[in-house]
Amino acid sequence: MLDAWPALPLFLGALLAAVTRGQLRATVMIAAPLLGAYGVFQLEPGTTTQFELLGYALTPVRVDSLSILFGYLFHLAALIGVVYALHVKDPLQDVAALAYAGSAVGAVFAGDLLTLFVYWELLAVTSAILVFARRTELALSAGMRYLVIQVGSGVLLLAGAILYAVNTGSLAFDHIGLDAPGGWLIFLAFGIKSAFPMLHGWLTDAYPEATPTGTVFLSAFTTKVAIYSLARGFAGTELLVYIGALMTCFPIFYAVIENDLRRVLAYSLINQLGFMVVGIGIGTELALNGAVAHAFNDVIFKGLLMMSMGAVLHVTGEMRGSELGGLYKKMPRTTILCMVGAASISAFPLFSGFVSKSMVVSAAIQEGHPIVWLMLLFASAGVFHHAGIKIPFFAFFAHESKHVANAHEPPTNMLIAMTMAAVLCIGVGSFPGLLYGLLPYDTGYSPYDVSHVLAQLQLLAFSALAFTWLKLAHIYPPELKSVNLDAEWLYRRVLPEAVRRLLAKLAPFDRALRQLGKSMVQRALLGLARHHGEYGVLAQTWPTGSMVTWVAALLGLSLLLYYL
Amino acid sequence: MDLLDHLPVLVVIMPLMSAPLCVLFDRARPAWLVSMSASWLSFAAAVYLLIQVSRDGTISYRLGGWAPPWGIEYRIDLLGAYVLLIVTAIAALVMVFARRSLEKEIPADRIARVYAALLLVFAGLTGITATGDAFNVFVFLEISSLASYAVISMGRDRRALSAAFQYLVMGTIGATFILIGIGLLYMMTGTLNMLDLAARLPEVADTRTVRAGFAFLTVGIGLKLALFPLHLWLPNAYAYAPSAVTAFLSATATKVAVYALLRFMFGVFGAEFSLNKMPFDLILMVLGLAGILSASLVAVFQEDVKRMLAYSSVAQIGYMVLGISLASNTGVSAAILHVFNHALMKGALFLAVGALAYRIGAVTVSSIAGLGRRMPWTVAALVVGGLSLIGVPPTAGFVSKWYLVLGTLEQDLWPVALLVLIGSLLALAYVWKLVEAAYFAEPAADAAAVREAPLSMLIPVWALVIANLYFGVNTQVSVGVARQATDLLMGGGG
Repeated sequence: MLDAWPALPLFLGALLAAVTRGQLRATVMIAAPLLGAYGVFQLEPGTTTQFELLGYALTPVRVDSLSILFGYLFHLAALIGVVYALHVKDPLQDVAALAYAGSAVGAVFAGDLLTLFVYWELLAVTSAILVFARRTELALSAGMRYLVIQVGSGVLLLAGAILYAVNTGSLAFDHIGLDAPGGWLIFLAFGIKSAFPMLHGWLTDAYPEATPTGTVFLSAFTTKVAIYSLARGFAGTELLVYIGALMTCFPIFYAVIENDLRRVLAYSLINQLGFMVVGIGIGTELALNGAVAHAFNDVIFKGLLMMSMGAVLHVTGEMRGSELGGLYKKMPRTTILCMVGAASISAFPLFSGFVSKSMVVSAAIQEGHPIVWLMLLFASAGVFHHAGIKIPFFAFFAHESKHVANAHEPPTNMLIAMTMAAVLCIGVGSFPGLLYGLLPYDTGYSPYDVSHVLAQLQLLAFSALAFTWLKLAHIYPPELKSVNLDAEWLYRRVLPEAVRRLLAKLAPFDRALRQLGKSMVQRALLGLARHHGEYGVLAQTWPTGSMVTWVAALLGLSLLLYYL
Repeated sequence: MDLLDHLPVLVVIMPLMSAPLCVLFDRARPAWLVSMSASWLSFAAAVYLLIQVSRDGTISYRLGGWAPPWGIEYRIDLLGAYVLLIVTAIAALVMVFARRSLEKEIPADRIARVYAALLLVFAGLTGITATGDAFNVFVFLEISSLASYAVISMGRDRRALSAAFQYLVMGTIGATFILIGIGLLYMMTGTLNMLDLAARLPEVADTRTVRAGFAFLTVGIGLKLALFPLHLWLPNAYAYAPSAVTAFLSATATKVAVYALLRFMFGVFGAEFSLNKMPFDLILMVLGLAGILSASLVAVFQEDVKRMLAYSSVAQIGYMVLGISLASNTGVSAAILHVFNHALMKGALFLAVGALAYRIGAVTVSSIAGLGRRMPWTVAALVVGGLSLIGVPPTAGFVSKWYLVLGTLEQDLWPVALLVLIGSLLALAYVWKLVEAAYFAEPAADAAAVREAPLSMLIPVWALVIANLYFGVNTQVSVGVARQATDLLMGGGG
């Protein structure tokens, strides 16, 4: 049963969570990802289930090493997220979270584009609920924008899939490439969900508006499903190298000046996605391994950082860096856990980011992309800057804020979840063989050689130095209570304004046209009612004689036709 | 010969003989018991027959042991067994429903006679289906028609009488036409056995007499099946008859007429004559489409729910006729399938309306306002039946519409397919009127006292509703049998 549908436990859990309460629901929520992970453990690579629909072979479940890795990852992320959210008494969020995780699992096991599309849209809807669940005005409008873009991405995917299927006669989800019919549409659909530059607005717009627990789920699934899909369909597409390199760099500037710390993390998420996209673009075994491994690690350490910021938000109700600070006194455990996450994302040796990021970076130089390599180095330094130092510094240290007085450690379940993530960060970082064993290719890569460690330490040291110097010299941009303009500004302000102006011009024509249409419809309806209305000719009770006339007429007509 | 060998005739005899029993008892309860046992036994017999036919092929039964073509032959092929199953199943369910419904709508001293008449209608319909003799068709047609005039006139609305009278006049003309048609054929061939007719007709097919016979037969049957514009007797007859009677007639009578049409078209005259030499397919297509569009439009404007559904029946018959007119395997099997599915949906709808009538009396769009909360099960049944009528997956209605559209597209008749879809859209319009009234309108002041219909009425309603959903998902039986029956029919003879 489980190998027929790996996402079953999570969806079943979502259903059960809807009807249970209290302890029972907590049990269901924890059991679902555990059972699901056991199900993935039982799967044999190479097994598929297939059936035929309208002449196309559909493969709802296709198992190989890549999907198994992501299967484990998503169950792990779901478990951590569930534990983190145990104190929340909101059935809506619980159901949405499990269904969201289930859709992600379903998507990575999808063996054809149609199945992928179904889960793609399920991801969109379930994740939007997590944004709506914050139940604020801002969250509602951000969630709406988010949903429109996500569903739009699904529509592109469907359009691409149809073109692809019609021209190739197959719906199978394997390597697609840009040259395939519909390839660009599918590429764009994946690109939206992986937050390509200029398509990334939804991410930084919506993620920081979700609930403290919801953001943890959000940062784990949607973008990783997209990364998985890119790795499956567009590995080795050169364009991705440049897109990815751009993605690693541009968010850094935004992250540095952004005040909302969860939004800083959202930018850093794009930056990390950039590394994965570069890896996929290079497309060698080492690079793909790196991309996938980095996706795995990113879920854990980005989750850890999101959780620590969620804990701060939960305790203080504040997320602006300028208003926070000094919390280490009251929240020492959270501080330490946050710093583990920061060390991991910054790729300190012995922490998880190091063992995966270095693969991508090495692959970039090996395959002859020196400029990209430099950009990645710059981005690595930048990551350390904004995620490694800025986040813990402004939240827990810096100046003593007014929140310190009332602060305390977050609920135990949050701490447990964060500890789980932290242990994984250190575990994977110290014993990378555990993760490497799960990767799709065997490259014999070892991260802990002298040149890697030394280069990374130098990078980190100078980056730290830069931060310290900038801060002391008061050149570092101060944390201002401001709103930064990003690509989403285009469709939040410019586009609506332009459309509004255009509409104002067109309104008179439009009104006249509609008036004309209305009167025509009205006249048509009146005419119809005259004949077919309750007392219309065709609805009346006819005298028997008239009925017989019809019979005679029809008989006459038949005879005439038959005799001819 | 043991008893099972006599099943082809027993299906007909059981209700026929039970009818006088009802009159002899002349009391509601025993009459109901007699009708129940007769209809359920017939149903069991029909199930057995269908299994037997699909296993062993066509059954030929010699009445009184006289060999055809001299004696009367009862001939049950796959299509016949299929239609028998529909008729007996609906009869069995309607009988369950009828007890409470008739108690409410008919004066106590007349109930037994309603059962008797209903059984006679039932016997006539099974007879038409089972017999292999052209004159026998006319006899059973008259039995069922005369009984249905009587039973319609017993409706509690005073207009029932005039509706029944009009139906009587029209029905008699139809029956006369059929008799004339059969007479003309007899004149040319000297036989009444359908198989024998089919064998002898081709020799004399080019005579005017045979052509005139064909014209009389088709127009006569067209009257019986309420082919547009010969449908004018139907709305009033359905609207004013007792609820249980309406449900039974709408789900079976016109279906059997469609069966008779198929039988004469393909079984007696043969597809070659009916469709190639005569432009009958053209007539059917034009009238079918006109029926679909015009009757659906009228239904949209109707206030009386029974009349609305009656007009919708005329439209649905249009779909069946359209399927036949395509003259392809897909088209004809879509028509046969729609016979089956329409019996399910109209049965469910009219029974649900009957259940509403049991509680609120006259069922109009405004009188069911707000009843969605008062009678949730009944109204839900109405909605599912309505969805099936529109052809929304996963209901049975979707399946037959699907095959019908497929049939039209096979012949590149996409304008026809478009018109079929417009018909579905119109169905959506009138079903939505019901949904809107039942769920979104403010209930009338006296609606608070309305309770859910009794269980003995809900069970048959929901049995049909579930059948609607079941045959919408599992199409193996309904589509499979329809296809095989079509192959048999189109393959010649039958």
